Amino acid sequence: MPAEELPVDRFPDGGLNRREFIQLLGAGLLITVGPPAAFAQLRPGRAGEPAGGTIAARVHLGADGGIAVMTGKVEGGQGARAELTQAAAEELRVPVARISLIMADTDRVPDDGITAGSRSTPSTVPAVRQGAAAARELLIAFAAARWQVDRTQIAVHDGKATHGASRRELTYADLAADEGPANALHQPVPVGVTLTPVKDWKVMGTPVPRPGGRDLVSGSHAFPSDVVRPGMLYGRILRAPSYGAKLTDIDLAPARGMEGVVVVREGPFVGVAAPTSRGAEQALEAIARTAAWESAAHPSSGKLFEYLRAGARGGEAKSSAALEPGAGRFVSGTYHVAYIQHAPLETRTAVAEWDAGRLTVWTGTQNPFGVRSELATAFELPAQRVRVIVPDFGAGFGGKHQPDAPAEAARLSRAAGKPVQVRWTRREEFTWACFRPAAVIDLEARLDARGRLTSWRHVNINSGRPAIETPYRAGASRSEFLQSDPPLRQCSYRALAATANNFARECFMDELAAAAGGDPLAFRLAHLDDPRLKAVLETAAARFDFAGRRSRRQPGTGFGLACGTEKGSYVAACAEVAVRDGGIVVRRIGQVFECGAIVNPANLEAQVTGCLLMGLGPALREEMRFENGVVLNASFREYLVPRFADVPELDVHLLNRPDLPSAGSGETPIIAVAPAIANAVFDATGRRVRQMPIRLTD
Amino acid sequence: MDETITFGVNGRRRTLTTDPRRTLLEVLREDFGLTGTKYGCGEARCGACSVLIDDRRALSCTIPLGSVSGASVITIEGLAAEGTLHPVQEAFLAEGAFQCGFCTPGMIMTTVALLRETPRPDDARILAAFEGNLCRCNGYVRILKAVKRAAAGGR
Repeated sequence: MPAEELPVDRFPDGGLNRREFIQLLGAGLLITVGPPAAFAQLRPGRAGEPAGGTIAARVHLGADGGIAVMTGKVEGGQGARAELTQAAAEELRVPVARISLIMADTDRVPDDGITAGSRSTPSTVPAVRQGAAAARELLIAFAAARWQVDRTQIAVHDGKATHGASRRELTYADLAADEGPANALHQPVPVGVTLTPVKDWKVMGTPVPRPGGRDLVSGSHAFPSDVVRPGMLYGRILRAPSYGAKLTDIDLAPARGMEGVVVVREGPFVGVAAPTSRGAEQALEAIARTAAWESAAHPSSGKLFEYLRAGARGGEAKSSAALEPGAGRFVSGTYHVAYIQHAPLETRTAVAEWDAGRLTVWTGTQNPFGVRSELATAFELPAQRVRVIVPDFGAGFGGKHQPDAPAEAARLSRAAGKPVQVRWTRREEFTWACFRPAAVIDLEARLDARGRLTSWRHVNINSGRPAIETPYRAGASRSEFLQSDPPLRQCSYRALAATANNFARECFMDELAAAAGGDPLAFRLAHLDDPRLKAVLETAAARFDFAGRRSRRQPGTGFGLACGTEKGSYVAACAEVAVRDGGIVVRRIGQVFECGAIVNPANLEAQVTGCLLMGLGPALREEMRFENGVVLNASFREYLVPRFADVPELDVHLLNRPDLPSAGSGETPIIAVAPAIANAVFDATGRRVRQMPIRLTD
Repeated sequence: MDETITFGVNGRRRTLTTDPRRTLLEVLREDFGLTGTKYGCGEARCGACSVLIDDRRALSCTIPLGSVSGASVITIEGLAAEGTLHPVQEAFLAEGAFQCGFCTPGMIMTTVALLRETPRPDDARILAAFEGNLCRCNGYVRILKAVKRAAAGGR
């Protein structure tokens, strides 16, 4: 999968017609926003294709007073469930608790695209609001018609339309129970449906807790790996001993002789299923012992950056001194970023079940409709015969898109004639999932006699374009992204290549500041025009007392800062490090973040804090090591992610801009922490570390 | 090579005949349907599988079933009584100390074990107790607040 931005907005058919949809939800009223005939456009095999319009939101009003809101977005810990519930509650004028948000069940929800790219807040929140606001308007129209009053005299509060003068009331349940308004549903919802302005928000903008929190603390929430189906078997897959190795021979008989064990070989796929996990593991071991493999050459991580540079395609990456000759001081630097992995705590898992030629899969994925379409292709089924259900799952961090575990479970289940769970082991996850692309980044710039940037060049090899353009005023600026020949399976990771590009740029800005004889903060501010980026940077420096702390610096300690912008949000971080015997300890981080109008301050604070702490791992320690096609650190013993003891003194500050549209927040807060640390390490030691992870010893 | 093993699970006596080398985690999840205890790593390095064995925190993903014969095991499902959450669960809920929530049962079991041994732990004691627990959403700050809230009697 390419490292570039994944498609985030696709609008294929909903997958079932209105009648089937109603059957699933029970009697009541359905609001759709988008092309009026969207439900009628269903044609087999069209799922996954753009439908030429937007099914942006669906609201189901129960005759019993219940309200269901449907979305194709998933909940993997990022907080979409709370925010989308708030969005619906705000516009419907009902308490949050009245809303049941149905997420990511392809038989029941519209396709809101993949949950990625920080798009839920700027795209799906408005889409849900439009659907909910349309329902509210319908209630008003219904009441106005019944009471023969002007609609301006009707207010909606707490799920009820009221007419103040006559004290009459009508609820959404009344609306749903009346057959009259149903006809109105076939009309398109007005494009200009009125959304509640930020200044009038009652539910949005407040710290609504995650719905379903009680089930998380009680242990009763069923994550994908907790789904149990009648007669379910546990599956294991035969994996190659190294990348690129081909199976040449295997004897399946030892597993076939085991009680209750199903063995499947379909082309290169070999898997087993058994009534217990232990049984499956023993069956797999029994046949794995008989397997013969033909191995393939594979580059090692020790030579990774030379390999990526040699494989760079096109562009001028191989030539040096690429900036045009000119006046002023020339400065250049090359930065390396290692491969890392998301390592979500819940490994890739799927339960598959076949029933009368229909395939149902429960899995943790950010891409429910994409997985459905891949399964349909793999098993030669119309998409309508595949149902993908995504229970709230154990995190993805931008990387859970692929249909691997679902396809493996489906293959085993088809052969076994029973439901099968495939849950990857941690070692499988570390080896066979996917990786944030490694990067080689070349930066070059020129400074004039007054210390101003006059030209700039940024070349990213292998990791991608996001945030490749400098936000600074840099004179003649050029950027290039060159694909290479990646040795590992690459995929998106929160913030994509913005982390690598911003790391290189923000470290380089410190080098340029030193070359220009200025301090890191003043040098940045002198080259910044964007008022939002300036605001987070200045606020971060002031809250941290960056200048003051730096002037009182003790030997062995250092202070650094960095900032950046991506996907419409802005971040700045200040870091204090202590260096002892070549080891780096991050003592303190202050981070300021701004993403427009804040939808849920509690969730935002969790996202920003979690993102920056997650970023400590790749900044300091995380790095995939591999040799001869084998990952050398495929466990939490050897691949070191942040733990409790790594949490530094923290000050996370959110700037609210109710005057600006809300942007997503799950990615950008990770892009400033690593360069702030690298710059602090320079401040402490005088050494420029131009790599992630940042290390002073080998 | 199956064996018959008897042990307590959430206050109930359980007997089963199975391969004693199966992990406690697997048996809890697959034989008893107690899926609140999670698989995260299979090598006792993430804490998602934390349970109490005879009141002490144990990592069930590496414990062979054969070794718990006669012991008393408490899982996350065994904390709430008659639908009333345990004070530690209440503290996690009050602090919103979860994002994806997959590590949450293990964090709660670790907290329960810690507070049984040390009702008023200092920061160093808390960090030591949680050395083996991972939260990949990195919700560590709120989890620490929840632990302290529970230690302070829910305040």
